[in-house]
Amino acid sequence: MATPATSYPKGFRGWLYKRLPVQEFVDDQLTGYYAPKNFNFWYYFGVLSLVVLVIQLLTGIFLTMFYKVGDATSFDSVEFIMREVSWGWLIRYMHSTGASFFFIVVYLHMFRAMLYGSYKAPRELLWLIGMAVYLALMAEAFMGYVLPWGNMSFWGAQVIVNLFGTIPGIGPGLVEWIRGDYGIADSTLNRFFSLHVVAIPLALILLVVLHLVALRRVGSNNPDGIEIKEKLGANGKPLDGIPFHPYYTVKDLVGVGLMLILFAIVVFFVPAFGGLFLETPNFEPNNPLSTPEHIAPTWYFTPYYAILRAVPDQRLGALLMFSSVLIWFFLPWLDRSPVKSMRYKGWMSRTALTVFVISFIALMYLGLLPAEGTYVILARIFTPLYFLFFLLMPIYTKAESVKAVPERLTYDAHA
Amino acid sequence: MRTLNRALALVLVLSAALTVGAAQAAEEAGGEHEGGGAIGDSWKHWEVKNEVENITSLQRGARNFTSYCLGCHSLKYMRWSRLADDLAIPEDQLDKLLLPPGDKPADYILSTMPQADAEAWFGKAPPDLSLMARSRGPDHLYQFLKTFYADPSKPTGVNNLFLENTAMPHVLSELEGVKTPVYKEVEVTGEDGKPHKEKVLEKFELTIPGRFTEGEYDAFVRDTVNFLDYVGEPVQVKRRSLGVWVVLFLIVFTWLTWLLKKEYWKDVH
Repeated sequence: MATPATSYPKGFRGWLYKRLPVQEFVDDQLTGYYAPKNFNFWYYFGVLSLVVLVIQLLTGIFLTMFYKVGDATSFDSVEFIMREVSWGWLIRYMHSTGASFFFIVVYLHMFRAMLYGSYKAPRELLWLIGMAVYLALMAEAFMGYVLPWGNMSFWGAQVIVNLFGTIPGIGPGLVEWIRGDYGIADSTLNRFFSLHVVAIPLALILLVVLHLVALRRVGSNNPDGIEIKEKLGANGKPLDGIPFHPYYTVKDLVGVGLMLILFAIVVFFVPAFGGLFLETPNFEPNNPLSTPEHIAPTWYFTPYYAILRAVPDQRLGALLMFSSVLIWFFLPWLDRSPVKSMRYKGWMSRTALTVFVISFIALMYLGLLPAEGTYVILARIFTPLYFLFFLLMPIYTKAESVKAVPERLTYDAHA
Repeated sequence: MRTLNRALALVLVLSAALTVGAAQAAEEAGGEHEGGGAIGDSWKHWEVKNEVENITSLQRGARNFTSYCLGCHSLKYMRWSRLADDLAIPEDQLDKLLLPPGDKPADYILSTMPQADAEAWFGKAPPDLSLMARSRGPDHLYQFLKTFYADPSKPTGVNNLFLENTAMPHVLSELEGVKTPVYKEVEVTGEDGKPHKEKVLEKFELTIPGRFTEGEYDAFVRDTVNFLDYVGEPVQVKRRSLGVWVVLFLIVFTWLTWLLKKEYWKDVH
């Protein structure tokens, strides 16, 4: 824990440090925080999520300066930003690309947790907070998508909000309460704007801070799934740990650079990304009388959307869809394996995770396509596979034989 | 595991590349081909291959637009002055050749046709074209403008392959002339597996010649579509040229951070 430093530097820094625990924070959280030294490629996506969050907050602030919420003004103001606001096009493309990048890095971050068992004790709460971040992010992305008020915004909102109408009893009233009108209308747009720029960002920031605080408490997991705190050196620090700063700050900088290269390629060369990041029908103003040829949510929601459409009964489909999101929360208690990392788990866990990743990507792809013929049949094959990964986990993680976990991390400095 | 991670990273990059490719392929794919040299559905694959970097083409497109489209269609998000700046049109030329009487350079490019009248005349007000190239794609605009044909059953006397029963008259018939469709019967296998006869468009016959040859009309349409593509996102040329420098900078930046990382990690064993 933080103990006040005994000596302070002279001058202004000393004056400040006596009044604000800057030095203690750096000592505790950066130079004094020891992280396992064998982090690999997969460990970039946490910090990258943070970088994308900052990009979204900053570009969002500038967009809000020019965006004019309202049924009659929203669409026009987005075009005004794209054409007449200095660098408005860049800010807007960064924000729209940032939304998709957020989900890319978060999905890879979640995959990392599944690969190395980062959700297992003592990190269950860390996982739960992370899942809460994911839920908040989904709400944030959905409401942000409505704001340009194009035709896909309108019809997407229509479809998603109506899902709540399938809840027995309170459904229809709930939908009306969410919309604030008998249809998706000006009132809906206004409240989504409020939630998108104030309420959910506040919740997101709070949850992300909690996620980091909880991480500092239990310490980072690593590709071997070994608790480095169990092998301490003479200085009381983990033998297999290295100070977060400067080692991981400089390393993360490389990852940030690599991501920004990809980010810039999208922003400057393919901002609509073939209709995946900015959907083509959304370049038409919303029109309650003309449904787009084929309504699909943005790509990051489509795995769940495919599950919804795989079920012939709408109410059951919605129930299954909500379950497919919520089932993630139970992961820490479904995994009964004595080891954390996939490196030491058996073939059953490896196969299950592989099948799950294939199912998730397949459902993502199917959700973008019209629900007809073979596509529905395929969705009906991958939906059970998606659920079986979770539901059978207590069985296969117990049944398989695992490899012996080494005492110390496997790390080769010269690789 | 390290090699596995590298392989996984590679798979990620490759799948990202494949997604872009698939997205492009999906945009390009259309209906099935009809054989036998007939037009059939082949127009669905016509590509405009326009170049928004070509300023002279854009200038011609702007001229085409003001002469033939602006009577009915607006570009409500576009100002004359922005157009003149981007297309290197001097102010006196803008004033003399493009600006409608009474309009100032800072004005938006608006049609003077009253919306209510337009609705009464055509059954549907002519849409604003600012974003038409973005919502429909330049290829579709090209296909639309190239597939008007004579159809005496319609109030406008014409119909269109791309947009069946379009309310839009063929305002360019003075240039293109009037094409009459020639059909032929072909044997096709239906969905039920039985063969039946179907009328397939074999070719167009120019029954009334226009002022332009076929090639001149094609070039005219390409310039116009090119102009509308530019109007859909006026900044796109600048965006791409700036992007090259941004990406180059980021590559150098990332290389430096990598050197920094290597230096720091020398003492991790």
